[in-house]
Amino acid sequence: MLATITARLAQMVFVMFGISVLVFLIFFATPGSDPAARIAGRNAAPETVEQIRQEFGFDRALPVQYAIMMKRLFITRDLTSFVNRGQKVIPQVLDAVPATLSLVAGAAVLWVLGSLFVGVVAAAMRDTVVDRGLMILSLIGISMPVFWLGEVMNLMSQSRFHDTWLFSWVPGLGYVPLSESLGGWFKALVIPWITLAILYIGIYGRILRANLIEAYSEDYIRTARAKGLSPTRIMLRHALSTSLLPFVTMFGLDFGALVGGAALLTEVVFGLNGVGRLTFHALQNLDLPVILATVIYASFFVVAANAIVDMLYAVIDPRVRK
Amino acid sequence: MSLLDVQNLRVSFTSEAGPVTAVHDVSFRVDAGEVLGIVGESGSGKTLSLLSVLGLVDKRVATVTGQAMFRGQSLLDLPDREMRRIRGRDIALISQDPMTALTPVHTIGAQIVEQIHAHERVSRAAARARAVALLADVRIPSPEKALDRYPHELSGGMRQRAVIAMALSCNPALVVADEPTTALDTTVQAQVLDLLRALRQSHGSSVVLITHDMGVVAEMADRVAVMYAGRVVETGPVANVFNQPWHPYTWGLLASIPPLTGARQGRLYSIPGMPPAPGTLLPGCAYVARCPAAMAVCHTPPPEQGNGAHRAFCFLDASQRAAARQKVGALT
Amino acid sequence: MTVLMAAQALSRSFAVGRTWIPGSGQVLRAVDAVDLEVWRGETLGLVGESGSGKSTLGRCMTRLLDVTEGQVVFDGQDVTALQGRALRPFRRRVQMIFQDPSSSLNPQRRVGDILTEPLAVHGIRARVDIPARLAELMDLVGLPEAALRRFPHEFSGGQRQRIGIARALAMEPDLIIADEPVSALDVSVQAQVVNLFAELKERLSLTYLIIAHDLGVVRQVSDRVAIMYLGSIMETGATDPVFDTPAHPYTEALISAIPVPVVGPEARRKRIVLTGEIPSPTSPPKGCKFVTRCPIAQDRCRAERPILRGLVDGRSVACHYPQSGTLKELP
Repeated sequence: MLATITARLAQMVFVMFGISVLVFLIFFATPGSDPAARIAGRNAAPETVEQIRQEFGFDRALPVQYAIMMKRLFITRDLTSFVNRGQKVIPQVLDAVPATLSLVAGAAVLWVLGSLFVGVVAAAMRDTVVDRGLMILSLIGISMPVFWLGEVMNLMSQSRFHDTWLFSWVPGLGYVPLSESLGGWFKALVIPWITLAILYIGIYGRILRANLIEAYSEDYIRTARAKGLSPTRIMLRHALSTSLLPFVTMFGLDFGALVGGAALLTEVVFGLNGVGRLTFHALQNLDLPVILATVIYASFFVVAANAIVDMLYAVIDPRVRK
Repeated sequence: MSLLDVQNLRVSFTSEAGPVTAVHDVSFRVDAGEVLGIVGESGSGKTLSLLSVLGLVDKRVATVTGQAMFRGQSLLDLPDREMRRIRGRDIALISQDPMTALTPVHTIGAQIVEQIHAHERVSRAAARARAVALLADVRIPSPEKALDRYPHELSGGMRQRAVIAMALSCNPALVVADEPTTALDTTVQAQVLDLLRALRQSHGSSVVLITHDMGVVAEMADRVAVMYAGRVVETGPVANVFNQPWHPYTWGLLASIPPLTGARQGRLYSIPGMPPAPGTLLPGCAYVARCPAAMAVCHTPPPEQGNGAHRAFCFLDASQRAAARQKVGALT
Repeated sequence: MTVLMAAQALSRSFAVGRTWIPGSGQVLRAVDAVDLEVWRGETLGLVGESGSGKSTLGRCMTRLLDVTEGQVVFDGQDVTALQGRALRPFRRRVQMIFQDPSSSLNPQRRVGDILTEPLAVHGIRARVDIPARLAELMDLVGLPEAALRRFPHEFSGGQRQRIGIARALAMEPDLIIADEPVSALDVSVQAQVVNLFAELKERLSLTYLIIAHDLGVVRQVSDRVAIMYLGSIMETGATDPVFDTPAHPYTEALISAIPVPVVGPEARRKRIVLTGEIPSPTSPPKGCKFVTRCPIAQDRCRAERPILRGLVDGRSVACHYPQSGTLKELP
């Protein structure tokens, strides 16, 4: 067991190293442009560009450049954004994490509960109106682009119907830290949670339904029925427990990716200053240090989520354990 | 009164081409304390018949008509809630493939206890104790440890024993064993059959043993029903059916088994042709296309020969049988 | 009697449960230093239960698997180390038929295409001659010519197995190794396919190695049999003496375990029910592999593993206390 974990961690470190090298090469080693100029950003004075060149060692060999960059990123943590002059990059990213985490965690709770409900009910009432209806709703949920849905929600809750009882409690766009006010935090996030969750409820609900229906044709379900168990028990204890295995895997990966910044569109639409939004603005401004930091941060979470899901699989599926 | 009395059971499925009848007017009975062997090849409808009686076929695609009386209760009319009480407690099922018959994510013990709790109000400790005793009965070594094992941790033979233990957990009056040893190795099969015999003595249950293996029937069954193309073609005490079979299909089946003793023949007898596809309309005897003794009249529904324990659906009567059977022997 | 194919001290091991950490995992010797000869023109039946290694041995002998130790010699030539193109001539002469006719035929291809491929690849027939050869093959296996245009799923299990046999025959092989050719078939269909095997053997002068667990079928078709247990051969010999008076206790138990379709006093015979557990294949017992379940196990059996030794009547048995026959004196 311990050996597997160590092996996995070693693998993680290796992958992240690879990603950081790749990112570095893309940003700083593409021929035809001056990395110093790109770091300095637009409208930089020539002296600034020269200064950067010295600092980052762009006149030296690539591996040295890489080493310097990594050192500034991780060890001394004094890499600063040259667009927002003087603002340190790492703290900027770390400050954005709570917003992303709050958004994704809350949406995750909603989408897990929602898709469990949709999947189980649709499978239990297979081929009835209820089943078809739920599947159509799921399809709609998947098809609506999250940024469009978010804007529509905003339209309704912030302007059109803001004065009605339904939406009067909705605060202005933006994130309210938990430390500041629990009520505020909650109210600011409810609509974003729902928006982000709808897409995933659609996906996971449909997949769970398919897995459940497949599980129902298995022999062990027939054994369970022959034992005289009630249909509810068969669904929840026998069909669902085996169908949850792929569900959990997918959830782990999606959660990891979202925390890493894939919730970008939702954050931008709702004005939540999370990592995704940070990345978005950095991309718009070509703020290379920030982009570098957010890409590495995102890759870390995806790789970590992958590793955790793999290890979790051994916990929840007894067939995988040795 | 019989324990289980099935009369004129008919099971059809809906398909794009119209209704397909898979089980045609099947009748059989099981008395208390006896083993009824139901033998047939794949597609004969043997498993489907029993599953329909137990209410385990999907009602949305299958239509089941006929009568199935269990201890005086009509099973086919029972609402699902009542049927669930009977399943597992009065009638138990042992499935064919031990590899897939148990839910992979729960321990053996949990699954046995679950069945006990579904039908009886006992404490967890009592249920667990009973599960241990059952696993010991089926000769699983270290039964207390086996309780907490997962199905994939046991070998095929052990898994089948666990399935048997689970089936017997509520002391059912009738056990339906669907090809219980087909998926097992030869030596393991012998062990499991031995076990079934011993358990039948100790628990006193009746058994319906579904199999395609005539050897297993000969060893285990008191009475046998031979099925072909969804119909029962011959039924009777096992000694009668094996030593003086009446139906040409039974002759063919017995003749195509390669013998383990005696002279080795150059060629095995093989029944020519193939069974009819399900859904083919057959106005008369289903076996007519392959029967070496077929006559013109066989295209009309065959009468039942015999009125005692031994019966067959065939036009051949006692006087014609000997000559007809020669035709089967001559093809060897 | 010429030896067409021989396995000499053949072993095949698999690594089980290995991870990155060096030295982890265990070794499973699926085939353990096996000596086996297939004589030209005979049918050799290789019998064993699951885990005996018989399928692995069959695949090593057809070189579908590489061999870990030992040799495979075909018609005097050592084919153990051949790979790729060098194996082509060997492949023409040794063919394999598999157990599950549903999964061993490519479902996306018509039967005609499945059969044409080996003919074209090996240049066995000129393009113009192929249709005639296909018709010939269909006739050999008793299928209508129209079957060539259909897909495998349109056929029954028995018919699909015939297609598998036709595919093997397309190469005009000398030796056919059939791995459980009839296990997946119903009894009446089994009889048809078994008869087909016998017929083809006569018409085409084939040699067969039939791997099966069904002793009835093996007895019906085989001239000689070999019994395998946990990777080793326990007994070999002509079919009748092995079945009538088995020498190895495992053979005895195996034969007695089979339920016989006979009712009456003749049916009563000594039934040996084996007790004890099958040992783990990754750590077999030090002495005889059968010692954990053998009804007559002695101390010598636990300490010393018996080698395959000849009996006076021509059979071989790996047992310190054979139940019948006399051991030949060791030189």
